[in-house]
Amino acid sequence: MSPGGTAKRETGHVTGHVTGPETERDNERDAGETGPRGRAVTTVLIRRARVLGGEPRDILIRDGVVAELGDLSGTAAGLTVDADGLIALPGLVDLHTHLREPGREDAETVETGTQAAAVGGYTAVHAMANTSPVADTAGVVEQVWRLGRQYGHCDVQPVGAVTSGLEGRQLAELGAMADSAARVRVFSDDGKCVSDAVLMRRALEYVKAFGGVVAQHAQEPRLTEGAQLNEGEVSGRLGLTGWPAVAEEAIIARDCLLAAHVGSRLHVCHVSTAGSVEIIRWAKSKGWDVTAEVTPHHLLLTDAFAESSPLGPYNPIYKVNPPLRTQDDVRALREALADGTIDCVATDHAPHPVEDKETEWGAAAMGMIGLETALSVVQEAMVETGLLDWAGVADRMSVRPARIGRLAAHGRPIEPGAPANITLYDPSARQPVDPGSMASRSRNTPYEGMTLPGRVVATFLRGTPTVLEGKLV
Amino acid sequence: MKSHLISAGDLSRDDALLILDTAEELARVSERSIKKLPTLRGRTVVNLFFEDSTRTRISFEAAAKRLSADVINFSAKGSSVSKGESLKDTALTLEAMGADAVVIRHPASGAPHRLATWVRGSVVNAGDGTHEHPTQALLDAFSMRRRLGRLEGLKVAVVGDVLHSRVARSNVLLLHTLGAEVTLVAPPTLLPVSVETWPCQVSYDLDAVLPKSDVVMMLRVQLERMNAAYFPSAREYSRRYGLDRDRFARLHDDAIVMHPGPMNRGMEISAEVADSRRSTVTEQVANGVTVRMAVLYLLLGGSEPAIGGAE
Amino acid sequence: MSDARNQARAVLEGPDIHRALTRIAHEILERTKGAQSVVLLGIPTRGATLARRIAERIAQFEGVKVPVGAIDITMYRDDLRMRPARPLGRTELPAEGVDGRTVVLVDDVLYSGRTVRAALDALNDVGRPRAVQLATLVDRGHRELPIRADYVGKNLPTSKTEKVKVFLEETDGRDAVVLIREDAARDTQHSGDSKEDAR
Repeated sequence: MSPGGTAKRETGHVTGHVTGPETERDNERDAGETGPRGRAVTTVLIRRARVLGGEPRDILIRDGVVAELGDLSGTAAGLTVDADGLIALPGLVDLHTHLREPGREDAETVETGTQAAAVGGYTAVHAMANTSPVADTAGVVEQVWRLGRQYGHCDVQPVGAVTSGLEGRQLAELGAMADSAARVRVFSDDGKCVSDAVLMRRALEYVKAFGGVVAQHAQEPRLTEGAQLNEGEVSGRLGLTGWPAVAEEAIIARDCLLAAHVGSRLHVCHVSTAGSVEIIRWAKSKGWDVTAEVTPHHLLLTDAFAESSPLGPYNPIYKVNPPLRTQDDVRALREALADGTIDCVATDHAPHPVEDKETEWGAAAMGMIGLETALSVVQEAMVETGLLDWAGVADRMSVRPARIGRLAAHGRPIEPGAPANITLYDPSARQPVDPGSMASRSRNTPYEGMTLPGRVVATFLRGTPTVLEGKLV
Repeated sequence: MKSHLISAGDLSRDDALLILDTAEELARVSERSIKKLPTLRGRTVVNLFFEDSTRTRISFEAAAKRLSADVINFSAKGSSVSKGESLKDTALTLEAMGADAVVIRHPASGAPHRLATWVRGSVVNAGDGTHEHPTQALLDAFSMRRRLGRLEGLKVAVVGDVLHSRVARSNVLLLHTLGAEVTLVAPPTLLPVSVETWPCQVSYDLDAVLPKSDVVMMLRVQLERMNAAYFPSAREYSRRYGLDRDRFARLHDDAIVMHPGPMNRGMEISAEVADSRRSTVTEQVANGVTVRMAVLYLLLGGSEPAIGGAE
Repeated sequence: MSDARNQARAVLEGPDIHRALTRIAHEILERTKGAQSVVLLGIPTRGATLARRIAERIAQFEGVKVPVGAIDITMYRDDLRMRPARPLGRTELPAEGVDGRTVVLVDDVLYSGRTVRAALDALNDVGRPRAVQLATLVDRGHRELPIRADYVGKNLPTSKTEKVKVFLEETDGRDAVVLIREDAARDTQHSGDSKEDAR
C-alpha cells in the first residue's frame, strides 16, 4: 500500500467523502486498510473510461495496483466511479514545481501545492530547490520529501540544488542528497543559471555516479541584467528592458556541448524560444543525452499580453522567467513538443502572494502558477490544434517526465500490474479560470478571465482517490 | 468613465490638435498680467513624483495653479513610499483624498497604467521609466508648430539615446499622428532591437540626416551609459552624435534645434548651439506650462474628459 | 427634419438685423458722447462678428475708429462641468487695452445672463474698465441673474422651451434670427455654437 498509509492527517482538512453507492459503504469500512486520506478503500472500479482516448473500458484497481481492464460490469468494488465520456491518463508527473516550503509558506506550502497538483491531475511533482533554506543538503530534501508523504496528495520528489545556496560557486553535496531517503536524481539551481562553465561541467560529470541529471535554467546572467520582457517589438514599445532569446540559447548550446563532452545527461528547463528548439533538435540528432521541457504558458501566451490583455497593460501577472516570447516561438515550441524534440510539459508552477504581483511591472516577482490549469492548456494548445492525441499527452505529461526524473512508479501504462496512478479527465468541459477557487495558496494565474477546455474529474494515487468529482478528497 | 493621458499613442489626431489649439489660446493668458483662470476651482490635482524632476513638477504645478486647481505635491522622498509602501497603497491614499487627477512620474515603465487601475481620477503620465512622456511630446510639437507654422510634412531628427528615452517614444508616436516625418539617429547600441517596426526612419549617420531636417531634437545622454558599454567614450559620442557648431552650420536656415533638458552642454549639444536663436530650449519650458494647462483643462474641465484613452 | 423646419420661424431677416445694428451704433454714439474711449468686445463667435459690424457703422457715421476685440468666456463658465470640456474661443484685446475705458460687451442673444456674468469675470482678469455696458442683438427674457442690456436690437418674447438661433453672413452664410420650437430645438441643438446651451 502507499507510504501514506501510515500518515495521519487532521480530519478538518478532509474536504469530501467517497461518492460510492450507499450499499457499498460497509464494504469500505470493512476493507481493513487505510488509504492516505484516512479512508478505507481496497478496490476501485472505474467504469467506461477511455484509456488514452481509446474505446471505453472498465478499470479495476485492487490494493493500489491496476488489476484488470475490460468489461467488468457487475464487479463489486469499494468505490465505483462512473467515467463515461472521461479520458483516463496515467497520473501526470511534473518535473518543475515550486512548493515554496520551507521559507515562503505565505505563497505555498507542500500541503497546498500538492493539493493543487492533485486537482490538476498530477500524482507526482518535483519540488524545486530554491527554498529558504535552499534544498542543498540531505536534511532539507528529506524534510520536503517527508512533508509530501505526510500529506499524501501526490508524491513529492525533491530536486537538489546544484550549487550551495544556489550561489554558483561550489557544488552542493549532490551525492548525499542522492543517497538520502529522498533519493534525489534531478539537480537544478532553477531560478538561477549555473553560468560558470567549469562548474556546469563538473556537475554534469559528477551526477553520472548515481544516474542523476542536471536540469539547467538557461539564462546568461550578463545578457539579462535588469531584463523584464522578451526583447522585441513589445519590449521596445513598452520601454521594458529586453530579455534576449540569445541569453537562453547561448547557454543551451554550451551545455549541450558540455554534456556531450563529458558523456552525461542534460535536462533543459522551460525552453522558451524557437532558437533553443533548433539547438536541442541538433543535439538530439547527434545522439546526445539531452532532454527538454516546455511550460504550458509558453505554449499558449506571448509577450503581447504585457501590452494588451483582459487584465490591462503592464499587468505583472504575465511577468515570468523565462519571459513570454512571440507567436513564432509559441509555434516552434508546439511543433517541438509534438515531434518529441521537447520531451515533456513541466509547469514551473511558481506561486507568489498578491502583494508581490500587485505592483508596477519592474517591482513584481516573476512566475505564475500552473498545476491546476496545465492539462487544460495542453488540450487547448496541442490537442485542439491536432498536434497531439491523448496518448501523446500521456507521453509528454507523464511517461517522459517520470523517465527523466527516474520515478519508477509513475508514468507507467494503465495495464494490469502497474501502480494505479490514474487521472480521469473530461475534455468536453469548458470553464472560465477562477483564481479564487484554486487549491493553490496563491492566485497568480495568467489565465484569469479566459475560458479553457477540459476538467480533471478524478485523480488516483496508487489506487487511492485524491480528487473526486473535481474536488479534493 | 475614466480617462487618462498615459501614452501619446492614446491621442487621435483630433485630440492632439485640440490640445495644441487649446494651448495656443492659453498661451495668450500667460502673456497677460493676471495669468490665473478660475476653471478648475475646487478640483484637486496631485503631483505624485517618485523621481526627482523639479522641472516637470514645477511645470505641472504652475499649470494646475493657473487653472485654480488645488495642488498637492507628493514626492517619494521622505514619505511613506520610502518606507516600503506600495504604489497601490499610495494610490488608495490619494483616492481617499479625492484626487481628481494624479500626475505621476515614476522610474518604472508602466507605473501610470497600474495606477490607473487603482484610482478613479484621471492619470497623467509625467514620465514613466523608459516608456513615455506624452506632455513633453505635446510641448515639443507645440513649440515646433509655433516656430515653423506647421507639423504636417515636417522633417524631425531625434538624436541620441533612443533606447532609454521616454521623450523619443512619445515624440515618435505623436509626431507620426500629426503627420511629421521622424528620423531617429543614434549609435546602434542606443536603439531598441525592434525599432524598424516604429512609424519612423532610422539612421546611424547624423551628418547625412542634418541637411534635410527642419527640426533637430537632441536627447540627453547619460554618462552612466558609457560604463555599460553603449559607447566607448563621451568624446567619441560627442564627435559622432553631438550637435556642435560645424554640424549646426549644415542645417538649413529655418531649421530649429530642440532639447527636452536638462542638457549636457559639450556632450550632445554645444553651448553656442544651445544658446543660439534657433534653439527653442527656453521656450520649450514656457510652452510646457501652457500645454499642461491645456491637458488638465481638457481632462478635468468638463463633465468628462475631452481627450485621452479610456482604461 | 421637415417638422423641424415647419417649427422654425425666422423672426428677424437680414434687413431687420441691419437696422437693429445701425440703431445700436447710433445709441452707443449718443450714450458715450461720440464713442469716446469706447472699446467693443464681442463674445465669440457671433458676438465678435456683431462687434465688428457695429464698429464699422460707428466709423461710417462719425469717422471714429473704435477699438474692437473679442473676449472668450469658456474658462469662466459656471456650467463647465455639465458637458465635456469644450474648445476655447479666441480672446483678442485691442492694443489700447481696456483700462480706464468704456467697454461695450456685445453678444448675439441675451437669455439667462450667465454668459454675461462669465464675461464680466473674464473682463476683470484682463484689466479695469471705467465702465462696462452690454449690447445684444436679441433679448429673449428669462433672466436668472440681475443683468440687463444697455442696447437691445430686438426684444423677443419667448417661452423657455423655445430656442433662439442667430445666423450671420460671416459664419453662417446668411443673416437671420430664428425661433425654434421645442421638438425642433432638440434636433438642431448640436449645430448651435458653444454658448447655445446656456440660453
